[in-house]
Amino acid sequence: MTLYAALGAVEQGFVYGIMVIGVYLTFRILDFPDLTVDGSLPLGAAISAVAITSGVNPYLSLLFALAGGFLAGMVTAFLNTKFKILHLLASILTMIALYSINIRIMSGPNVALLGQDTVFDLVTKAGVPSQYAGLIIFGAFALLVLTFIIWFLSTELGQAILATGDNPQMIRSLGVNTNTIIVLGVGLSNGLVALSGALVAQNQGAADVGMGIGTIVAGLASVIIGETVFGCKTMPRAFIAALLGSIVYRLAIALALGLEFGAFRFNPSDLNLITALLVIGALITPNLKKRLIQR
Amino acid sequence: MIRLENIVKYFHKGSVNEVFALNTINLQIDEGDFITVIGSNGAGKSTLLNCIAGGFFPDSGRITIAGVDVTGWPEYKRASLISRVFQDPLLGTCPSATLEQNMALAGLRGKRRGLGRGVKHRDRQHFREELTKLGLGLENRLLDKVGLLSGGQRQALTMLMATMIKPEVLLLDEHIAALDPKTANQILHLTQEIVKNQKLTTLMITHNMKHAISFGNRLIMLHQGRILLDLRGEEKENLTVKDLLQQFYRAQGEELAMDSLLLN
Repeated sequence: MTLYAALGAVEQGFVYGIMVIGVYLTFRILDFPDLTVDGSLPLGAAISAVAITSGVNPYLSLLFALAGGFLAGMVTAFLNTKFKILHLLASILTMIALYSINIRIMSGPNVALLGQDTVFDLVTKAGVPSQYAGLIIFGAFALLVLTFIIWFLSTELGQAILATGDNPQMIRSLGVNTNTIIVLGVGLSNGLVALSGALVAQNQGAADVGMGIGTIVAGLASVIIGETVFGCKTMPRAFIAALLGSIVYRLAIALALGLEFGAFRFNPSDLNLITALLVIGALITPNLKKRLIQR
Repeated sequence: MIRLENIVKYFHKGSVNEVFALNTINLQIDEGDFITVIGSNGAGKSTLLNCIAGGFFPDSGRITIAGVDVTGWPEYKRASLISRVFQDPLLGTCPSATLEQNMALAGLRGKRRGLGRGVKHRDRQHFREELTKLGLGLENRLLDKVGLLSGGQRQALTMLMATMIKPEVLLLDEHIAALDPKTANQILHLTQEIVKNQKLTTLMITHNMKHAISFGNRLIMLHQGRILLDLRGEEKENLTVKDLLQQFYRAQGEELAMDSLLLN
């Protein structure tokens, strides 16, 4: 793997790391497996791209994206808490609905951002070579989101979110409406995923309706790799591990795509297979370790 | 003061599994009452507590706590007035949160939760003092996860958490039934101490007739969703386990007699 490819992987790790933090919030903290993210990532991209092409400030467009994602998450959570639709099914319904909505937002399957202002202009104008612009901006956003989520979950309200995933009966009898908490948590999670999508779109120079496919798989893979490699003993550590897991995941993918066995090479279309193998590997390692130690 | 008026509750109404869980319950719980509740399985004890706590709504009837009609209030809203300790020690605490985080959660029972720090520095000293009262050495384990504690320790912590903010009524649903006899005794005495010190209005379900007689100032026996006995004061103090068992069997005796008639 070349240094250039490694830098690219770290950059991707940071930007999708924001999505992974969102996935960790639903999947692990709230115990709410949420597939909405496959729709809310391109939703964020679509909102941001359309806003920028209509002349909105690129930073402000990120806020719009965040709000859009938050709403999408709220819909899923409402379907689950108010109408008692199974969380997995509720999230799939929102996800497929978002496919149509995203095309409506973009008035087509994609929107190009060629020649438009993006958040990267800030650093490129300051004289930073453009190949590092992504790394700096994505790194800054990822660390900002990481700090925010750790702070937020340490507050009184955040502690109620943690407790809702851990012991809903207990926190209800302490006066917390767990339904409201789930709506808030799933909303926040999808807001972060949409933010991640918006940043990706600004970096790629386009938003595309298909860019969300496999988001949840990549998210789960990163979460599981992070937990296995870096541990999850405390809440802050778990979120740091999720972000680092995202970087390791992207590096592993880049590494696998660069491998050559004689005439055989991996194609980008083998990505799903590689992801599946990575997740299986991360899932069975703790088990294997235990068995080896017992012997 | 808590007042239950004509509380009726069916489960699976209209189906073959229909259960008449509470049959027109009328009960007035006075300020400072410590009521022990007994009755066989299925008599409606837990249903009664759940109805007060808002775990589900009665089919008809009215519940008022401290003069406020709470009949339509969901469970989380009633939490400002009610504290509960469950039979299962795992239900009262968050396993993956630390002791201090759990206590901080309980310290905000029924209050608005904002963006202040979850565990405040000034609260730690207070938590430590409270835990010292338990005499279990937990005051040195504020940063341990509650999942590491034994069932007895968790239940002791739950008792503490339930009474950190004084509730209008404390509901104890067989809260010592899942513990070993020694631990059960400790928790029971802890309960008595807390109830006495804070002058709490308390409802305690128990299957132990001796406990039912020796604790509290009032005793209620439920049978088939009705209040069969409601003894207080001298009546309760002079009660023996034998009397109680006799009453208990007399309640079911009518059916027994009917059965024996049929069998003959």
